[in-house]
Amino acid sequence: MSATEAAAPAPGSFTAWRRSLQERVTQGDVGMLPVILGLVLIWAVFQFLNPNFLSPRNLSNLLVQIADIGTIAVGIVLVLLLGEIDLSVGSVSGLAASVMAVLNLKRGVPAPVAIAAGIATGAVIGLIQGSWFARFRIPSFVVTLAGLLGWLGVQLLVLGETGTLNLLNPQIVNLAGNYLSPQAGWALAVVVILVLIVDAIIVRRRRAAAGLDVAPLASLAARLVITAILVLGTAFMLNSYLGVPEGLLILLGFVVVFDLITKRTTFGRHIYAVGGNAEAARRAGISVNTIRVAVFTLAGTMAACGGILAASRLLAVNQSSGGGDTLLNSIAAAVIGGTSLFGGRGTVWSAVAGALVIGSITNGMDLLAYSSYIKYMVTGAVLLVAVTIDAVARQGRQAAGRA
Amino acid sequence: MAVATRAPILELKNISKRFGAVQALDGVNFEVFPGEVVALVGDNGAGKSTLIKTIAGIYLPDTGEISFEGHQVHITGPRDVAHLGIATVYQDLALCDNLDVVANLYLGREEEGPIRPVLNEEVMEKRAVDVLRTLSVKLPHVRTPIASLSGGQRQSVAVARSVMWAAKVVLLDEPTAALGVAQTKQVLELIRRLKDQGLGVVVISHNLADVFEVCDRITVLRLGRRIADFRVKDASREQVVAAITGADTDLLKTVDKKIEEEKGQ
Repeated sequence: MSATEAAAPAPGSFTAWRRSLQERVTQGDVGMLPVILGLVLIWAVFQFLNPNFLSPRNLSNLLVQIADIGTIAVGIVLVLLLGEIDLSVGSVSGLAASVMAVLNLKRGVPAPVAIAAGIATGAVIGLIQGSWFARFRIPSFVVTLAGLLGWLGVQLLVLGETGTLNLLNPQIVNLAGNYLSPQAGWALAVVVILVLIVDAIIVRRRRAAAGLDVAPLASLAARLVITAILVLGTAFMLNSYLGVPEGLLILLGFVVVFDLITKRTTFGRHIYAVGGNAEAARRAGISVNTIRVAVFTLAGTMAACGGILAASRLLAVNQSSGGGDTLLNSIAAAVIGGTSLFGGRGTVWSAVAGALVIGSITNGMDLLAYSSYIKYMVTGAVLLVAVTIDAVARQGRQAAGRA
Repeated sequence: MAVATRAPILELKNISKRFGAVQALDGVNFEVFPGEVVALVGDNGAGKSTLIKTIAGIYLPDTGEISFEGHQVHITGPRDVAHLGIATVYQDLALCDNLDVVANLYLGREEEGPIRPVLNEEVMEKRAVDVLRTLSVKLPHVRTPIASLSGGQRQSVAVARSVMWAAKVVLLDEPTAALGVAQTKQVLELIRRLKDQGLGVVVISHNLADVFEVCDRITVLRLGRRIADFRVKDASREQVVAAITGADTDLLKTVDKKIEEEKGQ
């Protein structure tokens, strides 16, 4: 013990950072590394097969296409962090969109109220399912499997005899259909970078003031520069087509908010604690059931938001809204993005990363005019690879005594 | 240790607990003094776990009295016990492997601020570092996830957590059972430091070598009764083993008598 400590480099140095990264990877704590490598690989392959793949126009479309799945996947990530699953998110997204569409089109309810009603529907459903799971200790996959069927029934009931409801209300269709002006897009990019810099400085100062070790300035600066290049590059790319899509901003807004909640608040800490060791959390005085109910409520809410975004993008709601591969794609996105199925490990950003992988495969194959059977097979294979990485990483952790 | 001159911090009198046909505890007396390490030993089924769980508030005794710092207390559950300042470190340690050391030390008691639901990581990390330094617990870094710590380090984190929250009595359930030689040494040193800080420590252990190394007193349970109570400096390992197995009751009687006499002084 003391021997290894003596050899350990000074905390905060670059060597320490590199060594800890190396250690984490070899011991199976891989996080989002595989999905980023995978995404680069997928983009390289599609760009090689079709030079239009990485064009601003196609990337812009891709980012709008993933907004709804990504939003639903944010809720799935939260549920997976608990070590649970929510199979009802597809049906809930369809029902929420239907509630919104029927209220707005058939009952003449103003669009903002109809949207709020749709989101509230998802929240209430999440609350019911979460309470049921917490109260009766039924495995969450069974409760939400019942929800998958039940809420689909309610969706058909709400839609009634009508076939497809075409959404015309500008406030609804603009959610996923609007783009920021180039000036607004650039301004937003600059604001985001400034906020990140200010935040980094504040955290650094507070740590220094408390007498704690701080990361070397060089690595902090490198991280900020890379982030700034990514943000500005994305803004440039989107501005050279129609501008920054508002649908994408909604997704990123949710991700940022939930990333802050999970990483920086007591509630978020308790989510990880319950997912890591529910018994330990309970003994530490954390109300495990409250956390569970809250997370399922959030998952239902996010599913509703995703369903409404999908309706806005597709300009219509019908009996098959939220059906098909919505559920599986959003769970696959969370898992492909690197959130562990075993609970307690992952970040909200994995929802975006995973949705990008799935969206890229679908979009790239559409560009190449492949039939859907290949799309399904490839997406299935990618999911299998992602879950295998998760499971192998877990075995690595166990072998290294880190499970 | 001038035990007899001080009042016990925790005292159990005439505790009985029955589970159906099994009399798990039968009129047990047990006491811990501040700055004392007491070993609770006995064969399987002797009632060690039941006694620890009774102190921890998990089981409520059928009869008997519990006093803490000289006052009789009425315990209705684990929360009451935690409020008194009695902390139990179970064998499974109750740590979240996916969270780092700081998060585990503050689990369920997170510091927030300056904006309310936001965690105040700096305050937590600083205090965590201070507490671990006071206890001379050596860890790679307080931001290391529990999953990458050794068994001894995990045990130390679990003990540090109980000390951190102003525990006056710490109950350790088989603290060295799963540990190697070096890690066992580390934990035994930690127990000594708890004692030096004036805490009362109760250690359940099957390992008599550890018990003799670190404890001041050994309480032996057999079939739900307190069979013997040894001062470590006066006892031999053979006597303790005899008491645990019930091999030589005559010897035990004399030892018991000797202890009673000492107490009477």
